[in-house]
Amino acid sequence: MATEINSANSPSVTGNVPVIEIQHLKKAFGDNVVLSDFNLTINKGENMVVMGKSGIGKTILIKCIIGLVKPDGGLLKVFGQDISKLNHRELDDMRTRIGFVFQSSALYDSMTVRQNLEFPLRRHRRKKITGTLEELVREALHNVGLENTIDLMPSELSGGMRKRIGIARSLILKPELVLYDEPTTGLDPITSEEITRLIMDLQEKYKTTAIIITHDTAMAREAANRIVFLWKGIAYKEGTYDELIHDQDPEIKHFFTR
Amino acid sequence: MTTTRKADNIFSKSIDEFFSEMAELARFAARFFSEGLKPPYEFKEVMNQCYEIGIKSLVLVSITAFILGLVLVMQSRPTMVEFGAGSFLPAMSSISIVREIGPLVTALICAGKIGSGISAELGSMKVTEQIDAMEVSGTNPYKYLVVTRILATSLMIPVLTVYADCISLIGAFTGSNIKDDVNLTFYVNRVFEALHYTDVAPAFIKTFFFGFIIGLVGCTKGYNSKKGTEGVGKAANISVVVAMVGVIIIDMVVTQITSMLGYL
Ligand SMILES: Nc1ncnc2c1ncn2[C@@H]1O[C@H](COP(=O)(O)OP(=O)(O)OP(=O)(O)O)[C@@H](O)[C@H]1O
Ligand SMILES: [Mg+2]
Repeated sequence: MATEINSANSPSVTGNVPVIEIQHLKKAFGDNVVLSDFNLTINKGENMVVMGKSGIGKTILIKCIIGLVKPDGGLLKVFGQDISKLNHRELDDMRTRIGFVFQSSALYDSMTVRQNLEFPLRRHRRKKITGTLEELVREALHNVGLENTIDLMPSELSGGMRKRIGIARSLILKPELVLYDEPTTGLDPITSEEITRLIMDLQEKYKTTAIIITHDTAMAREAANRIVFLWKGIAYKEGTYDELIHDQDPEIKHFFTR
Repeated sequence: MTTTRKADNIFSKSIDEFFSEMAELARFAARFFSEGLKPPYEFKEVMNQCYEIGIKSLVLVSITAFILGLVLVMQSRPTMVEFGAGSFLPAMSSISIVREIGPLVTALICAGKIGSGISAELGSMKVTEQIDAMEVSGTNPYKYLVVTRILATSLMIPVLTVYADCISLIGAFTGSNIKDDVNLTFYVNRVFEALHYTDVAPAFIKTFFFGFIIGLVGCTKGYNSKKGTEGVGKAANISVVVAMVGVIIIDMVVTQITSMLGYL
Protein backbone atom coordinates (compact mmCIF):
# COMPACT_ATOMS: atom_id res chain seq x y z
CA MET A 1 0.00 0.00 0.00
CA ALA A 2 1.36 3.34 -1.02
CA THR A 3 -0.18 5.51 1.63
CA GLU A 4 3.26 6.71 2.66
CA ILE A 5 3.50 10.41 1.91
CA ASN A 6 6.30 11.22 -0.43
CA SER A 7 6.17 14.90 -1.21
CA ALA A 8 9.46 15.38 -3.01
CA ASN A 9 8.84 13.45 -6.19
CA SER A 10 7.73 16.29 -8.38
CA PRO A 11 10.35 18.26 -10.26
CA SER A 12 8.25 21.32 -11.16
CA VAL A 13 7.28 22.07 -7.57
CA THR A 14 8.98 25.10 -6.11
CA GLY A 15 10.58 24.17 -2.83
CA ASN A 16 8.81 22.09 -0.23
CA VAL A 17 6.63 24.51 1.64
CA PRO A 18 3.50 22.61 2.65
CA VAL A 19 0.29 24.50 1.92
CA ILE A 20 -2.03 21.78 3.11
CA GLU A 21 -1.20 19.13 5.71
CA ILE A 22 -3.79 16.50 6.43
CA GLN A 23 -3.23 13.86 9.09
CA HIS A 24 -5.59 11.10 10.15
CA LEU A 25 -8.62 13.01 8.89
CA LYS A 26 -11.94 11.38 9.82
CA LYS A 27 -15.47 12.15 8.72
CA ALA A 28 -18.60 10.04 8.95
CA PHE A 29 -22.30 10.69 8.41
CA GLY A 30 -23.96 8.31 10.87
CA ASP A 31 -22.86 4.83 9.83
CA ASN A 32 -21.50 6.05 6.52
CA VAL A 33 -17.76 6.44 7.11
CA VAL A 34 -16.53 8.72 4.34
CA LEU A 35 -12.99 9.46 5.49
CA SER A 36 -11.45 7.03 7.99
CA ASP A 37 -7.76 7.93 8.14
CA PHE A 38 -6.80 10.28 5.36
CA ASN A 39 -3.24 11.60 5.13
CA LEU A 40 -1.85 13.98 2.52
CA THR A 41 0.56 16.86 2.20
CA ILE A 42 0.41 19.33 -0.66
CA ASN A 43 3.27 21.70 -1.34
CA LYS A 44 3.33 25.19 -2.69
CA GLY A 45 2.89 25.42 -6.44
CA GLU A 46 1.76 21.84 -6.78
CA ASN A 47 -1.22 20.53 -8.74
CA MET A 48 -2.67 17.64 -6.82
CA VAL A 49 -5.32 15.65 -8.60
CA VAL A 50 -7.77 13.66 -6.48
CA MET A 51 -9.43 10.72 -8.16
CA GLY A 52 -11.86 8.11 -6.94
CA LYS A 53 -15.28 6.65 -7.53
CA SER A 54 -18.43 8.71 -7.30
CA GLY A 55 -19.69 9.09 -3.75
CA ILE A 56 -16.36 8.10 -2.22
CA GLY A 57 -15.85 11.43 -0.42
CA LYS A 58 -13.80 13.69 -2.70
CA THR A 59 -16.09 16.67 -2.32
CA ILE A 60 -16.30 16.15 1.42
CA LEU A 61 -12.48 16.16 1.57
CA ILE A 62 -12.10 19.56 -0.05
CA LYS A 63 -15.08 20.96 1.85
CA CYS A 64 -13.21 20.03 5.03
CA ILE A 65 -10.21 21.97 3.77
CA ILE A 66 -12.20 25.17 3.33
CA GLY A 67 -14.13 24.69 6.55
CA LEU A 68 -17.56 24.00 5.02
CA VAL A 69 -17.63 20.55 6.56
CA LYS A 70 -16.38 19.89 10.08
CA PRO A 71 -14.20 16.80 10.32
CA ASP A 72 -14.84 14.35 13.17
CA GLY A 73 -11.15 13.99 13.94
CA GLY A 74 -7.60 14.38 12.73
CA LEU A 75 -5.43 17.34 11.96
CA LEU A 76 -5.99 19.70 9.07
CA LYS A 77 -3.57 22.55 8.51
CA VAL A 78 -3.93 25.07 5.70
CA PHE A 79 -1.20 27.68 5.25
CA GLY A 80 0.24 26.34 8.50
CA GLN A 81 -2.91 27.13 10.49
CA ASP A 82 -5.08 24.50 12.13
CA ILE A 83 -8.54 25.03 10.59
CA SER A 84 -10.39 23.76 13.64
CA LYS A 85 -8.79 26.39 15.89
CA LEU A 86 -9.78 29.40 13.79
CA ASN A 87 -12.54 31.77 14.84
CA HIS A 88 -15.06 33.17 12.40
CA ARG A 89 -13.02 36.12 11.34
CA GLU A 90 -9.79 34.17 10.94
CA LEU A 91 -11.60 31.57 8.88
CA ASP A 92 -13.00 34.30 6.62
CA ASP A 93 -9.53 35.75 6.20
CA MET A 94 -8.15 32.37 5.29
CA ARG A 95 -10.97 31.84 2.78
CA THR A 96 -9.95 34.96 0.90
CA ARG A 97 -6.75 33.09 0.10
CA ILE A 98 -8.58 30.02 -1.20
CA GLY A 99 -10.65 29.70 -4.35
CA PHE A 100 -13.33 27.03 -4.48
CA VAL A 101 -14.81 25.89 -7.78
CA PHE A 102 -18.03 24.06 -7.01
CA GLN A 103 -19.07 20.86 -8.71
CA SER A 104 -22.40 22.42 -9.68
CA SER A 105 -20.81 25.82 -10.51
CA ALA A 106 -23.00 27.35 -7.76
CA LEU A 107 -23.64 30.58 -9.63
CA TYR A 108 -26.22 32.75 -7.86
CA ASP A 109 -29.36 32.34 -9.95
CA SER A 110 -30.82 35.67 -8.95
CA MET A 111 -27.77 37.70 -9.95
CA THR A 112 -26.20 38.60 -13.28
CA VAL A 113 -22.74 37.36 -14.19
CA ARG A 114 -21.35 40.73 -13.15
CA GLN A 115 -23.02 40.58 -9.75
CA ASN A 116 -21.87 37.00 -9.31
CA LEU A 117 -18.28 38.04 -9.85
CA GLU A 118 -18.60 41.13 -7.68
CA PHE A 119 -20.05 39.17 -4.80
CA PRO A 120 -16.77 37.88 -3.29
CA LEU A 121 -15.14 41.27 -3.86
CA ARG A 122 -17.91 43.11 -2.05
CA ARG A 123 -18.33 40.61 0.75
CA HIS A 124 -14.71 39.98 1.72
CA ARG A 125 -14.49 43.54 2.95
CA ARG A 126 -11.20 43.15 4.72
CA LYS A 127 -9.25 41.80 1.78
CA LYS A 128 -7.07 44.44 0.15
CA ILE A 129 -7.50 44.44 -3.59
CA THR A 130 -6.01 46.68 -6.21
CA GLY A 131 -8.23 47.93 -9.00
CA THR A 132 -11.89 48.90 -9.29
CA LEU A 133 -14.69 46.34 -9.25
CA GLU A 134 -15.26 46.90 -12.95
CA GLU A 135 -11.60 46.27 -13.83
CA LEU A 136 -11.41 43.14 -11.75
CA VAL A 137 -14.62 41.73 -13.17
CA ARG A 138 -13.46 42.46 -16.72
CA GLU A 139 -10.09 40.87 -16.05
CA ALA A 140 -11.67 37.75 -14.57
CA LEU A 141 -14.01 37.40 -17.55
CA HIS A 142 -11.16 37.99 -19.93
CA ASN A 143 -9.20 35.19 -18.24
CA VAL A 144 -11.95 32.71 -19.03
CA GLY A 145 -12.73 34.22 -22.44
CA LEU A 146 -16.32 35.20 -21.70
CA GLU A 147 -16.26 39.02 -21.70
CA ASN A 148 -19.52 39.26 -23.60
CA THR A 149 -21.58 37.46 -20.97
CA ILE A 150 -21.19 40.16 -18.36
CA ASP A 151 -24.85 41.18 -18.24
CA LEU A 152 -26.41 37.76 -18.74
CA MET A 153 -28.18 35.75 -16.09
CA PRO A 154 -26.77 32.30 -15.20
CA SER A 155 -29.88 30.67 -16.67
CA GLU A 156 -28.87 32.06 -20.06
CA LEU A 157 -25.48 30.31 -20.00
CA SER A 158 -24.57 26.82 -21.17
CA GLY A 159 -23.11 24.28 -18.75
CA GLY A 160 -19.56 24.88 -19.95
CA MET A 161 -19.96 28.64 -19.70
CA ARG A 162 -21.28 28.29 -16.17
CA LYS A 163 -18.23 26.25 -15.23
CA ARG A 164 -15.98 28.97 -16.61
CA ILE A 165 -17.83 31.73 -14.82
CA GLY A 166 -17.62 29.63 -11.67
CA ILE A 167 -13.85 29.40 -12.18
CA ALA A 168 -13.62 33.15 -12.85
CA ARG A 169 -15.54 33.89 -9.66
CA SER A 170 -13.32 31.61 -7.59
CA LEU A 171 -10.19 33.26 -8.92
CA ILE A 172 -11.31 36.87 -8.67
CA LEU A 173 -9.64 37.40 -5.28
CA LYS A 174 -6.35 36.03 -6.68
CA PRO A 175 -6.22 33.09 -4.28
CA GLU A 176 -3.00 31.26 -3.49
CA LEU A 177 -4.79 27.93 -3.31
CA VAL A 178 -7.59 26.76 -5.60
CA LEU A 179 -9.81 23.76 -5.00
CA TYR A 180 -11.49 22.54 -8.18
CA ASP A 181 -14.41 20.15 -7.79
CA GLU A 182 -14.83 18.28 -11.08
CA PRO A 183 -14.31 21.26 -13.37
CA THR A 184 -14.78 19.24 -16.56
CA THR A 185 -17.44 16.69 -15.64
CA GLY A 186 -20.37 16.68 -18.02
CA LEU A 187 -18.55 18.57 -20.74
CA ASP A 188 -17.54 17.41 -24.19
CA PRO A 189 -13.84 16.43 -24.70
CA ILE A 190 -13.01 19.67 -26.52
CA THR A 191 -14.46 21.95 -23.86
CA SER A 192 -12.85 19.75 -21.21
CA GLU A 193 -9.51 20.26 -22.83
CA GLU A 194 -10.10 24.01 -23.02
CA ILE A 195 -10.89 24.11 -19.34
CA THR A 196 -7.82 22.04 -18.55
CA ARG A 197 -5.73 24.52 -20.56
CA LEU A 198 -7.43 27.39 -18.79
CA ILE A 199 -6.65 25.96 -15.37
CA MET A 200 -3.02 25.39 -16.32
CA ASP A 201 -2.66 28.89 -17.80
CA LEU A 202 -4.13 30.49 -14.71
CA GLN A 203 -1.85 28.34 -12.61
CA GLU A 204 1.09 29.60 -14.59
CA LYS A 205 -0.11 33.20 -14.42
CA TYR A 206 -0.89 33.41 -10.73
CA LYS A 207 1.42 30.68 -9.37
CA THR A 208 -1.31 28.98 -7.41
CA THR A 209 -1.39 25.66 -5.61
CA ALA A 210 -4.34 23.50 -6.61
CA ILE A 211 -6.33 20.45 -5.73
CA ILE A 212 -8.27 19.21 -8.72
CA ILE A 213 -10.94 16.58 -8.33
CA THR A 214 -11.62 14.88 -11.61
CA HIS A 215 -12.70 11.66 -13.31
CA ASP A 216 -11.10 12.88 -16.49
CA THR A 217 -7.87 10.93 -17.08
CA ALA A 218 -6.83 13.27 -19.88
CA MET A 219 -7.03 16.17 -17.50
CA ALA A 220 -5.14 14.24 -14.84
CA ARG A 221 -2.38 13.48 -17.32
CA GLU A 222 -2.11 17.11 -18.39
CA ALA A 223 -2.47 18.93 -15.13
CA ALA A 224 -1.31 16.68 -12.33
CA ASN A 225 2.02 16.89 -10.58
CA ARG A 226 0.77 14.13 -8.36
CA ILE A 227 -2.40 12.10 -8.17
CA VAL A 228 -3.96 10.68 -5.07
CA PHE A 229 -6.47 7.88 -5.34
CA LEU A 230 -9.13 8.07 -2.65
CA TRP A 231 -10.70 4.78 -1.65
CA LYS A 232 -12.16 3.29 1.52
CA GLY A 233 -11.67 6.56 3.33
CA ILE A 234 -7.91 6.72 2.91
CA ALA A 235 -5.34 8.02 0.42
CA TYR A 236 -5.18 4.57 -1.09
CA LYS A 237 -2.46 5.26 -3.66
CA GLU A 238 -0.46 8.30 -4.44
CA GLY A 239 2.01 9.10 -7.19
CA THR A 240 2.55 10.68 -10.58
CA TYR A 241 0.30 9.90 -13.52
CA ASP A 242 2.87 7.51 -15.00
CA GLU A 243 3.26 5.67 -11.74
CA LEU A 244 -0.45 5.18 -11.29
CA ILE A 245 -1.18 4.21 -14.86
CA HIS A 246 1.31 1.35 -14.62
CA ASP A 247 0.17 0.32 -11.15
CA GLN A 248 -0.74 -3.33 -10.82
CA ASP A 249 -3.36 -2.84 -8.10
CA PRO A 250 -6.67 -4.07 -9.57
CA GLU A 251 -8.68 -1.12 -8.20
CA ILE A 252 -6.39 1.44 -9.80
CA LYS A 253 -6.02 -0.55 -13.02
CA HIS A 254 -9.76 -0.79 -13.33
CA PHE A 255 -10.13 2.93 -12.80
CA PHE A 256 -7.58 3.98 -15.40
CA THR A 257 -8.49 1.47 -18.10
CA ARG A 258 -12.23 2.05 -18.26
CA MET B 1 -57.73 -5.33 14.66
CA THR B 2 -54.93 -4.84 12.19
CA THR B 3 -56.60 -1.75 10.84
CA THR B 4 -56.73 -0.14 14.27
CA ARG B 5 -53.08 -0.92 14.82
CA LYS B 6 -52.29 0.54 11.44
CA ALA B 7 -54.31 3.60 12.27
CA ASP B 8 -52.51 3.83 15.60
CA ASN B 9 -49.19 3.71 13.79
CA ILE B 10 -50.15 6.39 11.35
CA PHE B 11 -51.46 8.48 14.18
CA SER B 12 -48.36 8.16 16.35
CA LYS B 13 -46.18 8.69 13.34
CA SER B 14 -47.88 11.94 12.47
CA ILE B 15 -47.65 13.05 16.10
CA ASP B 16 -43.92 12.34 15.99
CA GLU B 17 -43.65 14.25 12.76
CA PHE B 18 -45.60 17.15 14.21
CA PHE B 19 -43.25 17.45 17.18
CA SER B 20 -40.07 17.13 15.17
CA GLU B 21 -41.49 19.78 12.87
CA MET B 22 -42.10 22.06 15.84
CA ALA B 23 -38.60 21.40 17.20
CA GLU B 24 -37.06 22.24 13.85
CA LEU B 25 -38.98 25.51 13.70
CA ALA B 26 -38.11 26.36 17.29
CA ARG B 27 -34.41 25.80 16.65
CA PHE B 28 -34.56 28.03 13.62
CA ALA B 29 -36.45 30.73 15.50
CA ALA B 30 -33.90 30.62 18.33
CA ARG B 31 -31.11 30.99 15.82
CA PHE B 32 -32.94 33.92 14.22
CA PHE B 33 -32.94 35.79 17.52
CA SER B 34 -29.40 34.86 18.52
CA GLU B 35 -27.71 35.52 15.19
CA GLY B 36 -30.02 38.06 13.61
CA LEU B 37 -29.62 40.61 16.36
CA LYS B 38 -25.84 40.71 16.13
CA PRO B 39 -24.10 43.04 13.67
CA PRO B 40 -23.21 43.30 10.84
CA TYR B 41 -26.76 43.84 9.56
CA GLU B 42 -27.81 43.28 5.99
CA PHE B 43 -30.09 46.31 5.61
CA LYS B 44 -29.81 46.46 1.87
CA GLU B 45 -30.82 42.86 1.46
CA VAL B 46 -33.81 43.34 3.80
CA MET B 47 -35.00 46.21 1.61
CA ASN B 48 -34.52 44.09 -1.50
CA GLN B 49 -36.59 41.31 -0.01
CA CYS B 50 -39.34 43.69 1.11
CA TYR B 51 -39.55 45.02 -2.41
CA GLU B 52 -39.66 41.50 -3.86
CA ILE B 53 -42.45 40.46 -1.51
CA GLY B 54 -44.46 43.56 -2.28
CA ILE B 55 -44.12 43.15 -6.03
CA LYS B 56 -44.86 39.45 -6.00
CA SER B 57 -48.07 39.62 -4.01
CA LEU B 58 -49.57 43.02 -4.83
CA VAL B 59 -51.81 41.98 -7.71
CA LEU B 60 -52.98 38.80 -6.06
CA VAL B 61 -53.77 40.54 -2.78
CA SER B 62 -55.58 43.37 -4.60
CA ILE B 63 -57.86 41.08 -6.58
CA THR B 64 -58.68 38.78 -3.69
CA ALA B 65 -59.26 41.58 -1.21
CA PHE B 66 -61.55 43.47 -3.56
CA ILE B 67 -63.63 40.43 -4.39
CA LEU B 68 -63.95 39.36 -0.77
CA GLY B 69 -65.15 42.81 0.28
CA LEU B 70 -67.67 42.84 -2.53
CA VAL B 71 -68.93 39.33 -1.87
CA LEU B 72 -69.14 39.87 1.87
CA VAL B 73 -71.58 42.74 1.42
CA MET B 74 -73.59 41.02 -1.28
CA GLN B 75 -73.97 37.88 0.83
CA SER B 76 -74.87 39.53 4.10
CA ARG B 77 -77.09 42.27 2.75
CA PRO B 78 -80.30 40.26 2.27
CA THR B 79 -80.22 38.85 5.81
CA MET B 80 -79.39 42.18 7.35
CA VAL B 81 -82.11 43.94 5.40
CA GLU B 82 -84.57 41.25 6.45
CA PHE B 83 -83.81 42.02 10.09
CA GLY B 84 -84.08 45.71 9.40
CA ALA B 85 -80.37 46.20 9.97
CA GLY B 86 -79.44 47.31 6.49
CA SER B 87 -77.92 50.53 7.78
CA PHE B 88 -75.43 48.53 9.81
CA LEU B 89 -73.95 47.09 6.66
CA PRO B 90 -70.92 49.45 6.46
CA ALA B 91 -70.12 48.96 10.13
CA MET B 92 -70.48 45.20 9.96
CA SER B 93 -68.40 44.85 6.84
CA SER B 94 -65.62 47.14 8.03
CA ILE B 95 -65.29 45.29 11.33
CA SER B 96 -65.19 41.90 9.62
CA ILE B 97 -62.70 43.13 7.09
CA VAL B 98 -60.30 44.87 9.45
CA ARG B 99 -60.50 42.31 12.23
CA GLU B 100 -60.45 39.10 10.31
CA ILE B 101 -60.78 38.98 6.56
CA GLY B 102 -58.01 41.41 5.65
CA PRO B 103 -55.30 39.96 7.89
CA LEU B 104 -56.21 36.34 7.35
CA VAL B 105 -56.60 36.49 3.60
CA THR B 106 -53.39 38.44 3.14
CA ALA B 107 -51.52 35.98 5.35
CA LEU B 108 -52.94 32.93 3.60
CA ILE B 109 -52.16 34.31 0.17
CA CYS B 110 -48.64 35.19 1.23
CA ALA B 111 -48.19 31.78 2.84
CA GLY B 112 -48.98 30.29 -0.54
CA LYS B 113 -47.14 32.75 -2.71
CA ILE B 114 -44.27 34.08 -0.61
CA GLY B 115 -43.70 31.15 1.76
CA SER B 116 -43.43 28.58 -0.99
CA GLY B 117 -41.31 30.95 -3.06
CA ILE B 118 -38.84 31.41 -0.23
CA SER B 119 -38.53 27.73 0.47
CA ALA B 120 -38.15 26.81 -3.19
CA GLU B 121 -35.52 29.50 -3.65
CA LEU B 122 -33.48 28.56 -0.58
CA GLY B 123 -33.94 24.87 -1.32
CA SER B 124 -32.52 25.16 -4.80
CA MET B 125 -29.72 27.39 -3.52
CA LYS B 126 -28.85 24.68 -1.04
CA VAL B 127 -28.96 21.88 -3.59
CA THR B 128 -26.82 23.73 -6.13
CA GLU B 129 -24.24 24.67 -3.47
CA GLN B 130 -25.02 28.40 -3.71
CA ILE B 131 -25.33 28.57 0.06
CA ASP B 132 -21.88 27.01 0.44
CA ALA B 133 -20.56 29.46 -2.15
CA MET B 134 -21.86 32.38 -0.07
CA GLU B 135 -20.24 31.01 3.02
CA VAL B 136 -16.81 30.81 1.40
CA SER B 137 -17.29 34.36 0.10
CA GLY B 138 -17.18 35.96 3.52
CA THR B 139 -20.93 35.90 4.03
CA ASN B 140 -22.92 34.29 6.79
CA PRO B 141 -25.63 32.68 4.65
CA TYR B 142 -27.99 32.36 7.59
CA LYS B 143 -27.92 36.10 8.10
CA TYR B 144 -27.84 37.03 4.47
CA LEU B 145 -30.62 34.71 3.34
CA VAL B 146 -32.69 33.69 6.33
CA VAL B 147 -32.68 36.63 8.73
CA THR B 148 -33.34 39.10 5.92
CA ARG B 149 -36.28 37.11 4.61
CA ILE B 150 -37.90 36.62 8.01
CA LEU B 151 -37.53 40.33 8.73
CA ALA B 152 -38.94 41.20 5.34
CA THR B 153 -42.03 39.04 5.71
CA SER B 154 -42.59 40.30 9.26
CA LEU B 155 -42.52 43.88 7.97
CA MET B 156 -44.35 43.42 4.69
CA ILE B 157 -47.32 41.28 5.73
CA PRO B 158 -48.59 44.11 8.01
CA VAL B 159 -48.12 46.64 5.21
CA LEU B 160 -49.88 44.41 2.72
CA THR B 161 -52.67 43.80 5.23
CA VAL B 162 -53.36 47.51 5.63
CA TYR B 163 -53.41 47.79 1.87
CA ALA B 164 -55.71 44.77 1.57
CA ASP B 165 -58.07 46.25 4.17
CA CYS B 166 -58.38 49.42 2.11
CA ILE B 167 -58.99 47.58 -1.13
CA SER B 168 -61.45 45.29 0.55
CA LEU B 169 -63.38 48.25 1.94
CA ILE B 170 -63.53 49.68 -1.55
CA GLY B 171 -64.90 46.33 -2.68
CA ALA B 172 -67.49 46.46 0.08
CA PHE B 173 -68.45 49.99 -0.92
CA THR B 174 -68.88 48.82 -4.50
CA GLY B 175 -70.98 45.92 -3.24
CA SER B 176 -73.23 48.25 -1.27
CA ASN B 177 -73.78 50.33 -4.38
CA ILE B 178 -75.04 47.48 -6.50
CA LYS B 179 -78.46 47.33 -4.84
CA ASP B 180 -78.49 50.57 -2.84
CA ASP B 181 -77.19 53.99 -3.58
CA VAL B 182 -74.64 54.77 -0.89
CA ASN B 183 -72.86 58.09 -0.70
CA LEU B 184 -69.06 57.76 -0.35
CA THR B 185 -68.71 60.30 2.46
CA PHE B 186 -71.52 58.63 4.35
CA TYR B 187 -69.89 55.23 3.88
CA VAL B 188 -66.45 56.40 4.98
CA ASN B 189 -67.92 58.11 8.04
CA ARG B 190 -69.83 54.99 8.96
CA VAL B 191 -66.71 52.86 8.61
CA PHE B 192 -64.58 55.08 10.82
CA GLU B 193 -67.34 55.41 13.41
CA ALA B 194 -67.54 51.65 13.65
CA LEU B 195 -63.83 51.00 14.04
CA HIS B 196 -62.23 51.38 17.44
CA TYR B 197 -58.60 51.00 18.22
CA THR B 198 -59.53 47.78 20.03
CA ASP B 199 -60.50 46.46 16.61
CA VAL B 200 -57.53 47.80 14.76
CA ALA B 201 -54.66 47.25 17.21
CA PRO B 202 -54.97 43.47 17.84
CA ALA B 203 -55.64 42.89 14.16
CA PHE B 204 -52.57 44.85 13.21
CA ILE B 205 -50.32 43.27 15.82
CA LYS B 206 -51.21 39.76 14.81
CA THR B 207 -50.09 40.41 11.25
CA PHE B 208 -46.49 40.73 12.46
CA PHE B 209 -46.76 37.22 13.84
CA PHE B 210 -48.32 36.03 10.61
CA GLY B 211 -45.40 37.50 8.69
CA PHE B 212 -42.90 36.00 11.09
CA ILE B 213 -44.34 32.50 10.85
CA ILE B 214 -44.55 32.65 7.04
CA GLY B 215 -40.91 33.71 6.75
CA LEU B 216 -39.77 31.28 9.41
CA VAL B 217 -41.49 28.27 7.91
CA GLY B 218 -40.42 29.10 4.36
CA CYS B 219 -36.79 29.55 5.38
CA THR B 220 -36.66 26.51 7.66
CA LYS B 221 -38.07 24.21 5.02
CA GLY B 222 -35.91 25.61 2.25
CA TYR B 223 -32.68 25.79 4.21
CA ASN B 224 -33.08 22.26 5.55
CA SER B 225 -34.36 20.73 2.34
CA LYS B 226 -32.90 17.44 1.25
CA LYS B 227 -30.56 17.01 -1.68
CA GLY B 228 -32.10 16.72 -5.09
CA THR B 229 -34.77 18.63 -6.96
CA GLU B 230 -37.47 16.42 -5.50
CA GLY B 231 -36.48 17.61 -2.04
CA VAL B 232 -36.92 21.20 -3.15
CA GLY B 233 -40.45 20.61 -4.44
CA LYS B 234 -41.38 18.78 -1.28
CA ALA B 235 -39.99 21.57 0.86
CA ALA B 236 -42.05 24.19 -0.98
CA ASN B 237 -45.16 22.10 -0.67
CA ILE B 238 -44.81 21.36 3.04
CA SER B 239 -43.93 24.95 3.80
CA VAL B 240 -47.26 26.16 2.41
CA VAL B 241 -49.21 23.69 4.51
CA VAL B 242 -47.29 24.38 7.71
CA ALA B 243 -47.40 28.15 7.24
CA MET B 244 -51.15 28.16 6.62
CA VAL B 245 -51.84 26.02 9.67
CA GLY B 246 -49.47 28.22 11.66
CA VAL B 247 -51.30 31.37 10.57
CA ILE B 248 -54.66 29.93 11.56
CA ILE B 249 -53.39 28.75 14.94
CA ILE B 250 -51.90 32.19 15.64
CA ASP B 251 -55.19 33.76 14.59
CA MET B 252 -57.05 31.58 17.07
CA VAL B 253 -54.63 32.33 19.89
CA VAL B 254 -54.74 36.07 19.25
CA THR B 255 -58.55 36.05 19.16
CA GLN B 256 -58.57 34.16 22.45
CA ILE B 257 -56.22 36.67 24.03
CA THR B 258 -58.14 39.71 22.80
CA SER B 259 -61.32 38.14 24.08
CA MET B 260 -59.74 37.50 27.47
CA LEU B 261 -58.63 41.12 27.57
CA GLY B 262 -62.23 42.12 26.95
CA TYR B 263 -61.67 43.64 23.53
CA LEU B 264 -64.19 41.48 21.75
N1 LIG C 1 -24.68 16.40 4.07
C1 LIG C 1 -24.52 15.08 4.02
N2 LIG C 1 -25.20 14.28 4.86
C2 LIG C 1 -25.05 12.94 4.82
N3 LIG C 1 -24.24 12.30 3.98
C3 LIG C 1 -23.54 13.04 3.11
C4 LIG C 1 -23.64 14.47 3.08
N4 LIG C 1 -22.82 14.93 2.12
C5 LIG C 1 -22.24 13.85 1.57
N5 LIG C 1 -22.66 12.72 2.17
C6 LIG C 1 -22.21 11.37 1.84
O1 LIG C 1 -20.82 11.38 1.81
C7 LIG C 1 -20.35 10.55 0.77
C8 LIG C 1 -19.32 11.27 -0.04
O2 LIG C 1 -19.93 12.33 -0.73
P1 LIG C 1 -19.12 13.25 -1.72
O3 LIG C 1 -20.04 14.31 -2.17
O4 LIG C 1 -17.86 13.69 -1.09
O5 LIG C 1 -18.80 12.27 -2.93
P2 LIG C 1 -17.87 12.54 -4.18
O6 LIG C 1 -16.68 11.66 -4.06
O7 LIG C 1 -17.63 13.98 -4.35
O8 LIG C 1 -18.78 11.97 -5.36
P3 LIG C 1 -19.04 12.59 -6.82
O9 LIG C 1 -17.90 12.20 -7.67
O10 LIG C 1 -20.29 11.92 -7.24
O11 LIG C 1 -19.20 14.05 -6.66
C9 LIG C 1 -21.55 10.07 0.00
O12 LIG C 1 -21.78 8.72 0.34
C10 LIG C 1 -22.67 10.95 0.47
O13 LIG C 1 -23.84 10.18 0.55
MG1 LIG D 1 -18.30 15.44 -5.56
